[in-house]
Amino acid sequence: MMKRPKIKSIPYDDFKDNETFEKLVEELNAGGANVIVRKLDDLIDWGRSNSLWPLTFATSCCGIEFMAVCAARYDIARFGFEVTRNSPRQADVILVSGTITTKMAPVLKRLYDQMADPKYVVAIGGCSISGGPFTKSYHVVKGVDQVIPVDVYVPGCPPRPESFLYGMMQLQRKVKVENFFGTTNRKEKDPISRAEQREKDEIILSEEEKA
Amino acid sequence: METPENNKVNAPAGAAPAAGARPAAVRPAAPAAPAQPAKNLCEPKTVEPAALRKEMERLRRDEQMDFLECLTGMDWGEEGGLGVIYHLESTATGKRVALKTATTDREHPYLPTVSDLWDIANIYEREVYDFYGIIFTGHPDMRRIFMREDWVGFPFRKDSNPEKDNPLRMTNEPLTDLAPCYTLEADGTVRRSETPIFGEDDYVVNLGPQHPSTHGVLHFRIKLEGETIKKVDPILGYIHRGVEKLNESLTYPQTLALTDRLDYLGAMQNRHALCMCIEQAMGVEVSERVQYIRTIMDELQRIDSHILFFSCLCQDLGATTAFLYGFRDREKILDIFEETCGGRLILNYNTIGGVMADIHPNFVKRVKEFIPYMRHNIQEYFDVFINNVIFRNRAEGVGVLSKEQVISFGCTGGTGRASGWHNDVRKRMPYAMYGKVDFKEITRTEGDSFARCMIRMDEILESLNIIEQLIDNIPEGPFQEKMKPIIKVPEGTYYSAVEGSRGEFGVLLESRGDKFPYRLHYRSTGLPLVAVMDTACSGNMIADLITIGGTVDYVVPDIDR
Repeated sequence: MMKRPKIKSIPYDDFKDNETFEKLVEELNAGGANVIVRKLDDLIDWGRSNSLWPLTFATSCCGIEFMAVCAARYDIARFGFEVTRNSPRQADVILVSGTITTKMAPVLKRLYDQMADPKYVVAIGGCSISGGPFTKSYHVVKGVDQVIPVDVYVPGCPPRPESFLYGMMQLQRKVKVENFFGTTNRKEKDPISRAEQREKDEIILSEEEKA
Repeated sequence: METPENNKVNAPAGAAPAAGARPAAVRPAAPAAPAQPAKNLCEPKTVEPAALRKEMERLRRDEQMDFLECLTGMDWGEEGGLGVIYHLESTATGKRVALKTATTDREHPYLPTVSDLWDIANIYEREVYDFYGIIFTGHPDMRRIFMREDWVGFPFRKDSNPEKDNPLRMTNEPLTDLAPCYTLEADGTVRRSETPIFGEDDYVVNLGPQHPSTHGVLHFRIKLEGETIKKVDPILGYIHRGVEKLNESLTYPQTLALTDRLDYLGAMQNRHALCMCIEQAMGVEVSERVQYIRTIMDELQRIDSHILFFSCLCQDLGATTAFLYGFRDREKILDIFEETCGGRLILNYNTIGGVMADIHPNFVKRVKEFIPYMRHNIQEYFDVFINNVIFRNRAEGVGVLSKEQVISFGCTGGTGRASGWHNDVRKRMPYAMYGKVDFKEITRTEGDSFARCMIRMDEILESLNIIEQLIDNIPEGPFQEKMKPIIKVPEGTYYSAVEGSRGEFGVLLESRGDKFPYRLHYRSTGLPLVAVMDTACSGNMIADLITIGGTVDYVVPDIDR
């Protein structure tokens, strides 16, 4: 079982936060893994982590920085992320770059639902993490994790291209330890369906109480 | 939000001399309080709603006030009522006038429309309706424009609590096909009628909100006949953050932070406009060094924006190589910005009374290296893309706008200048160092997509000329005036404008002498550009919409604010 996935661009110990990551690996592999299946998984993970196709989704400033990351100086193609897709059906990862307003939230949710599994979400910039400078606004969602589950957060306003790449490499590490056969991977539960579930539970509970 | 001062009757005209006499000087050594009212004080003439139509028609027809510069919704509280401030300008004589009107009926506020006199008033009045609930009688299409149609209340009213009434709705957005129209009958009652936007058999295609070529999150409903566009109906607000409302609870230095995030490709100019507005209102004179630095920074930002314009246009039309060429040069400007400001995109550089920090020791050297570099590299843009026959065929004669149209729609900036309208704020109302440098206002007459693209290319060269004249002569002096810790702007209504990267960026500030602005409205550079899309695209092919949208050059967060 892979505990310390190798990322070509940056040594394992150079990542800032390895504890959270190791905890995640432990959780994922709590039940142990079959050697053959795990080897197959490693092969798939290697392929997937090096060809994450992002959806071209940008609402504001961070989108311009994303363009800069795609251009020659920062060259996102070194990591295999350069195939930006215009359709969510072809994308693996949605980079939420920019403020998400309450009018945009259902659209974002729909885009996310349209993506095929396995899918990942990276919240880029202060606005998509918590609402950023607009957190007091009446029309801004205070964190995109209220709408869709988030895998990696990249802080900044807007984040520098280097932090973009760092965040994307974190995502690569996450993909590298996933098990595609047998077990479930997604630890970040969908916030909306969770709320819906809670509502349903409450209805059942209240009905039981009445009975 | 409701402070005792809100109940005061708003009378900027009467308050003006008092405002001037206030101690606006901020430190003992600063120049004494100005004897005259502030340079940018505007005293809107009050017109009763009943007389408004007549007055507006007179101004439009007899005084040739053909440019509706700005239309601002206002909430002057219980006594002042809900109203509108109009800024008009005559392109022939250059005369400017400001008017205001208000109604005290908060339940059913009705004002007459001016949308038949100026095309742009159509979209501005929809904005005011959306934010304040003022219904313009006679307006053909009184739909909401930024908020969802099921939004409850009007968020900009001083007594509203938008967040309480509007939880996050995850249902799909309802979209009506009926445009309501309110007409004032002879007996004083108002009749509501509805006209369909699209017919039963119309073929309507949606573009956006998530589309790579809309430059942000923008939604167009396009009526097609075969491949020909018949009508474009823009739906905005997907990135509406309520910046103007947020400003009302922020102190003046805090409001600065949000300007950079409106049009992030005009971060310097936006912030320059707000700083200038506050400084002029307070009677603060910034040093000549600051003026030089601001001018150079504004021009660098303009080059940055125009390079990005070129890159995105190429990308939208499928020329990825040209996109990379553009970004190669843009990074050079970002390097210069980064050394001095610390940021690449959101710069946070201007501040009230000066700039945040002095220029970096390398600044002058870097800029002087950049000028010949850019002059050389811009030739490559022509070689690789603009002189290409594919682009020529897709741009020449496509999306033609006449001079009358751009003026009526208030399309300032390169879009207006491509149709032969001399609208450059740097020439019309010189600010900072623009009155003293020698530069041409680039205009063309064709008004097509190609002209709009070429305007921007020529402006890059002209901006380099401006920088070249200034860069060697930056005078010594303080980079910041000493300001009081709490900044208060004297009572009154102020309007300042700068030439942003894509047109006139105006700031309308109404102050009641507090440390918070009473109302801070930004004249968006992009809103007229989206409004004109219907006119520009009608009769063209659906594929040309991308070229037209690209060359008109709007940035969506600036439209939605």
